[in-house]
Amino acid sequence: MLKVKVYVTLRESVLDPQGTAVKKSLQMMGHHSVEDVRIGKYMELTFADDAANLDTLVKEMCDKLLANPVIEDYRYEIEEVVVQ
Amino acid sequence: MKFAVIVFPGSNCDIDMYHAVKDELGEEAEYVMSDATSLEEYDAVLLPGGFSFGDYLRTGAIARFSPIMNEVVKAAEIGKPILGVCNGFQVLLEAGLLPGAMRRNESLKFICRPVELQVKNNETMFSSAYKKDEVIHIPIAHGEGNYYCDEQTLATLKANNQIVFTYYSTNPNGSIENIAGIVNARGNILGMMPHPERAVDPLLGSADGLKLFKSMVKQWRESYAVNT
Repeated sequence: MLKVKVYVTLRESVLDPQGTAVKKSLQMMGHHSVEDVRIGKYMELTFADDAANLDTLVKEMCDKLLANPVIEDYRYEIEEVVVQ
Repeated sequence: MKFAVIVFPGSNCDIDMYHAVKDELGEEAEYVMSDATSLEEYDAVLLPGGFSFGDYLRTGAIARFSPIMNEVVKAAEIGKPILGVCNGFQVLLEAGLLPGAMRRNESLKFICRPVELQVKNNETMFSSAYKKDEVIHIPIAHGEGNYYCDEQTLATLKANNQIVFTYYSTNPNGSIENIAGIVNARGNILGMMPHPERAVDPLLGSADGLKLFKSMVKQWRESYAVNT
């Protein structure tokens, strides 16, 4: 089994109002060392071991649906999962 | 003139849109489900507000892959007017029919109230019944109306006069350049966050939205008269 972990974040040039609110809250709690907070999304996709062209496939999924390239960046990791 | 009102699972302004066209404008309107595969018999397409497919991932992200969206693209290509309001605007952005994207409102709050808009371009098929720079009253109701595009896209929007409506006096959601509504370069696709269909009768607090629909009818009648 292959597990693809996809991380989607707002582009650095795009203001993240949620992140800004959370940063302020953290600072109010006394965590003044926090300089910035960016909130993103995490997704897990599972494939069979013999899934072909996984890189191409995942890129297409990210570009078309999982992320919006106008405001978001994405990265992903492919992991082999050993079923016990 | 016959309008199609697209209904996605979660649309909730479809009835207002239908009412605006049928009862206030006096034109024909029909509901078309998002899994339908033809828009041939319609002269214009309305994508209503509300939600769609739970707006999972991003607003409009899943709706854009509905079968009907292929037909919306075809209708747009042959020059039919396409109007997307609120969630409809978000679907048009996700589909790439209009440039840019929506972010959460700056305040992170869902905002539902009447706002003042300024008509920046009254030379489109959606805004010809307004005066240039006219200030109109139309309600907004959204959590994600904070329009964003990169600087290059913004420059193009300005150069082509594609910004049709801007928020006047206050910017409710943080959108760049106070943008409330834009058209594509060809001018036949309008996306806007405010709800003109909710401002079609003085009883509703404003009838300023009616001119938008009247502009569409006027343009259609004129092109129809020329073609026959």
